[in-house]
Amino acid sequence: MAAIEASGLGRDLPGEVPVTLVRDIDLAVEAGEFVAITGPSGSGKSSLLYLLGLLDLPTAGRVRIEGADTTGLSPDQLAAIRLARIGFVFQFHFLLPEFTCMANVEIPIRRLGALSDAQARDRAAMLLDSLELADHRRKYPDQLSGGQRQRVAIARALANDPAMILADEPTGNLDTRTAHLVFDLFRALARDQGRSVVVVTHDADLARMADRRIHLVDGRIVD
Amino acid sequence: MALPLGLHIALQHLLHRRRQTLVSLLGVALGVAFFIAISAMMQGFQRDFVARIIDVQPHIIIKDEVREAPMQPVERAYPGGAVSLRGLKPMEEVRGIRGARNILATLEDLPGVHVAPALSGNLLLRFGGKDLSVNVTGIDPARERKVTHIEKDLLSGSLDALYTTSNAIILGEGVAKKGGIRSGDLISAVSPVGVVLKMKVVGIFSSGITLMDNFDTYVLLKKAQVLQNRTNVVNRVNLRLDDVELAAPLAAQVERQFGYRSEPWQEQSRNVLGIFVIQNAIMYSTVGAILIVACFGIFNVISTVVFEKTKDIGILKSIGFRDRDIRRIFVTEGLIVGVIGTVIGWGLGWGLIEFMASLHFEMEGFVRAQGFILYRTPVHYMVSAAMAIASATLAAWVPARRASRLNPVDIVRGS
Ligand SMILES: Nc1ncnc2c1ncn2[C@@H]1O[C@H](COP(=O)(O)OP(=O)(O)OP(=O)(O)O)[C@@H](O)[C@H]1O
Ligand SMILES: [Mg+2]
Repeated sequence: MAAIEASGLGRDLPGEVPVTLVRDIDLAVEAGEFVAITGPSGSGKSSLLYLLGLLDLPTAGRVRIEGADTTGLSPDQLAAIRLARIGFVFQFHFLLPEFTCMANVEIPIRRLGALSDAQARDRAAMLLDSLELADHRRKYPDQLSGGQRQRVAIARALANDPAMILADEPTGNLDTRTAHLVFDLFRALARDQGRSVVVVTHDADLARMADRRIHLVDGRIVD
Repeated sequence: MALPLGLHIALQHLLHRRRQTLVSLLGVALGVAFFIAISAMMQGFQRDFVARIIDVQPHIIIKDEVREAPMQPVERAYPGGAVSLRGLKPMEEVRGIRGARNILATLEDLPGVHVAPALSGNLLLRFGGKDLSVNVTGIDPARERKVTHIEKDLLSGSLDALYTTSNAIILGEGVAKKGGIRSGDLISAVSPVGVVLKMKVVGIFSSGITLMDNFDTYVLLKKAQVLQNRTNVVNRVNLRLDDVELAAPLAAQVERQFGYRSEPWQEQSRNVLGIFVIQNAIMYSTVGAILIVACFGIFNVISTVVFEKTKDIGILKSIGFRDRDIRRIFVTEGLIVGVIGTVIGWGLGWGLIEFMASLHFEMEGFVRAQGFILYRTPVHYMVSAAMAIASATLAAWVPARRASRLNPVDIVRGS
């Protein structure tokens, strides 16, 4: 059973001149697999990622998460799946500036509510430590470097132990060395922890670190 | 840390825009404070006035009037018939309550009811070259003291002096002051029918109700009848009840039974009570306006937060916050401003009341007082809190709903 499975997936934007973001996407990502999505700018990479992560709804086809069809689920049900099973990382880190790194990582845990406050703190600390951010727990996002912030964002994506990590150009504004470190991390998340990792990048070097590459042109997968 | 997550985020948002938050807090606080202070002042005055009226005036006055002209015999003979009378001339009647003795006896038998007859009219007082036009009421002191407050209001003299001194008169404090008259002075009294008497001032009263003190005088009932040349006539019967709540129903019953216009105290003071209604309307619209301004403040902060926090809303939604979780965060912000503003307003309002209570000055309006008459009640605090918190929530609801409807895809794609 694939962690994420898309079949016949398409997304049109309605309007006077309808725009097709992606079309005819058939894709399955297994548990423990690290997939890179590449393609020119405007080819629909982000759009596909949002569909796979249930942030956007398709106009054709369907997305299965861990075998379960998500078609027709209510916004609240989709939010619940995102909360428990999916972790997003974006190019711009989107940390909440009023909260410390710890607090940022704790937010999804507390929203899910499965752990006590003390356990949530322990888990957030453990995640930050594992990403070598132990010294920065009490710091605010604007007191960190770009690479450190992106690692905090990854820690937050991992907060509820999701089955899949979806990242949209997470290294877009990091230097090459830091970008490689982040990709190493994604590979480890897949190999060592059995998560499905889907990363959008337009850096061919980085894409080579993935188990599999999917190339998009004009919203379609090409070989 | 133990705070619920939504409340935690809401607090952070507010703490990071202190100045705006403070301004909207102040708006709510002022609304609440003014409501409490103005309510205490207005209700204090109004309740005091009603209490004084109930204390001082008769609870029911039976007058020698009927509310509607009596039906003509021809109308009585053909009820509902097409009868039209023109050129009717009302009969000259000797005014006064007919059968007053009977009415007095009947009412006096009722438990908890005290009755006193009176004849009131006008009088011109002359003293030291000054003319004063006053109301004169002829009373029976023995009965009067059970019905009105006059005896307790005497600054000097006694009610019984009306019996013991011939041609005795009691004056309101304002009358005495205007005429430069003192107790024991001899004054001339001229009645509208031309009777002239030398009268001796045997008492001066002060009721605290300006209109009474400035225009009312009392003489013996018999003397009033002489002055008016209306022997044995009574034109008012005053009632005092042990239970003032019964005034309106008893007045209606008396009027049905005897036919004469019977006014309970509410009707006697209808003008003033009507002014109170207007006063209250003005007060509540003023406070309402303050609260509306406060609402704009809250609406403004929360709209700003929503606008500035669009990115955060996007990330929270992508994390898995539901629309209602987002809405709750921003409504909570309005609630926080409402609740804290209310508590500050309570303190301010309490302070304002105590400040007003500490002021002493002579005031003369409907009643005389030596400062603000304040009515303190927890009800004002509760009502102001309910209004402030309800309007704060309402003001927050609009931007909160907009926040909850933001599409996360537009936000994360945008940057
Ligand atoms: N709201 C929109 N209205 C119109 N066109 C849109 C909208 N959103 C996206 N598009 C278009 O859809 C296409 C796919 O966009 P998408 O962001 O998925 O591309 P991308 O591969 O992620 O590009 P990039 O590498 O620049 O991030 C683009 O041509 C884009 O201009
Ligand atoms: Mg993109």
